[in-house]
Amino acid sequence: MTERLSPLDGVHRAAGASFTDFAGWQMPVRYSSDLAEHHAVRNAAGIFDLSHMGEIVLIGPESAAALDFALAGKLSAIEIGQAKYSLLLAEDGGIIDDLVVYRTGDDRYMVVANASNREVVADELRARAGGFDTNVFDESDDVALIAVQGPASREILLATPGFTIESGHPDGEDVPEALASLRYYRAIAGAFRGEPTLIARTGYTGEDGFELYVAPEHATALWEALTEAGAAHALVPAGLASRDTLRLEAGMPLYGHELNRDILPVQAGLGRVVALSKEGDFVGRAAIEHGPAADAPVLVGLAAEGRRAGRAGYEVFDGDGADAARVGVVTSGALSPTLGHPIAMAFVAPDAAETGRELYLDVRGTRVPASVVALPFYKRNA
Amino acid sequence: MTDQTALQYTEEHEWIRVDGDIATIGITDYAAEKLGDVVYVDLPAAGSTVTAGTVIGEIESTKSVGELFAPVDGEIVEANQAVVDSPELVNSDPFGEGWLIKVSTTSLPKLLSHDEYRALTGE
Repeated sequence: MTERLSPLDGVHRAAGASFTDFAGWQMPVRYSSDLAEHHAVRNAAGIFDLSHMGEIVLIGPESAAALDFALAGKLSAIEIGQAKYSLLLAEDGGIIDDLVVYRTGDDRYMVVANASNREVVADELRARAGGFDTNVFDESDDVALIAVQGPASREILLATPGFTIESGHPDGEDVPEALASLRYYRAIAGAFRGEPTLIARTGYTGEDGFELYVAPEHATALWEALTEAGAAHALVPAGLASRDTLRLEAGMPLYGHELNRDILPVQAGLGRVVALSKEGDFVGRAAIEHGPAADAPVLVGLAAEGRRAGRAGYEVFDGDGADAARVGVVTSGALSPTLGHPIAMAFVAPDAAETGRELYLDVRGTRVPASVVALPFYKRNA
Repeated sequence: MTDQTALQYTEEHEWIRVDGDIATIGITDYAAEKLGDVVYVDLPAAGSTVTAGTVIGEIESTKSVGELFAPVDGEIVEANQAVVDSPELVNSDPFGEGWLIKVSTTSLPKLLSHDEYRALTGE
C-alpha cells in the first residue's frame, strides 16, 4: 500500500515535522515537542491537520430517515447547522466506528469518520441507505480538515482575514458576530477567500476550538493564513502525539483503543449516544436492548501517582500480591502533561469499576497502584 | 558541543564514550527524536553489575517506552541523577548533559563508528 500524503504535506515538511504512519497516511506526529504542543493547546492554541479523516455525504429527501436507521442516534432531530456525535453499530451492537455528523441542509448531512474506517463506513452507509431516497458519496478525497483548538482559537479566526458567511456580507463584516454566536457542536457554511468552507465549533482536545472543512487545493492557503494570524496568539502547529494526550485527558474515546466491534456502547459509557426512544428500527437496536452480559467489562478512568504510566495493553489487577486477580486491561495511558501524574482508560470487570476503588497496573512487571476515577480527567473552565 | 565523531555507537541507538576503563553511555539524538519528549528515566543503581545486551533501564516518553540496553559488561559507577530529575535533558542535550550511565568495563564489544551509525539511521 502506498502511503497517502496530506494536501498540507509540504507545509509540514517546511515546518520540520516528524511523521508517523496513521491509517496509511503520513501525518505529523510532532513538530518540535509534543509536550509543548499539548500545553499550547491548553493555554493558547494549536493548529492540527486532520485531512486524513473521512467525509461521507448523504444527499436526498430521505437522508434523515436513512441516518436514523443506519446510526445509533436520532439524526433527524438535529437542525441545519447542528453537529452530533454518533456511532455506527453492527447488528450485534458492536461499534464499527464513532462519528461526528453535521446536518448541512434540509436534505443533506456530512458524516465524519475515522481515517482507518472511512471505507467500511462508506460501504455500510451505502448498504443501509439502499431502501431510502438518498445518495451516499464518499467525498474524503475532496475534503481537507484543519482544526484550531485552544482558548485563543476564536480570537485567531477573527484575526484571520478572508472569511465570509454564506449569503452574508461580501466583505465578511458579519463574521465576528457569527463566530461569537456559534455554539459548541454547531457549524456555519462560509467561505475562505471565496472558497466554500464549513466552519464548525467542534474538536477532540477538551478545549474550545474550530474545525474547518475545505477543498484540498485551498488547504495550504487557509493553514498559512491561520498560522500568520495566530502568531500573535501563540498558536503553534500541533501533531498527532499531542492530540492523543489531549483527548485522553478529556476522556474522549479513540477508535481501536476504547471502541471496537466487541464493545457495546454502554460498556464504553456511551449509552446516551444510542437513541433507543427513536421510532422505528435501526441497525443494532435488538442487541442494544438486550444489553451486554452482566459481567462484561466497563470503561473506567485510572489515576496513579509518580511518573510511570500504564499503557495500552497493560493488565490491571486487584492487588499487588502473587494471588491478585486480573480484572482488566488498559486501552490508553500516558503521563498526563496537564495534571502531572499518570492517567489511563481501561476496561475492567464491573465489580472492580467503582469510583475510588484501588487497582494495580502491571507496568512491565511492577505493580503500580491506581485509583478508579470519574471521567474526564481534565475539564476546562467554562 | 560533544564531538559526535569521537563516540562509538550501537544498533540500539546508544552512544559510548570510552575514557580509560570508564564508558559513558547515552542515547543518540536519533533515538531521542523517535521517542519524543522524555518524561521518565529509570536507571540502574551505582554498584550494580550489568551484562552486555540485557535491558538495564527504561526511557519513557509521552508516547512510548524505550529500553536501555547495557552495551558492555561491567559495573555501574554512576547513574546521571540530573537526568532522573529532569528527563527532558535526554531531548535537549542527548550527547552531553543527557548522558545516562557510566560503566567500569575492561572489554569492549565491536561497536559502530559515527559513519557506520549514520549509515544505519540513514542520516
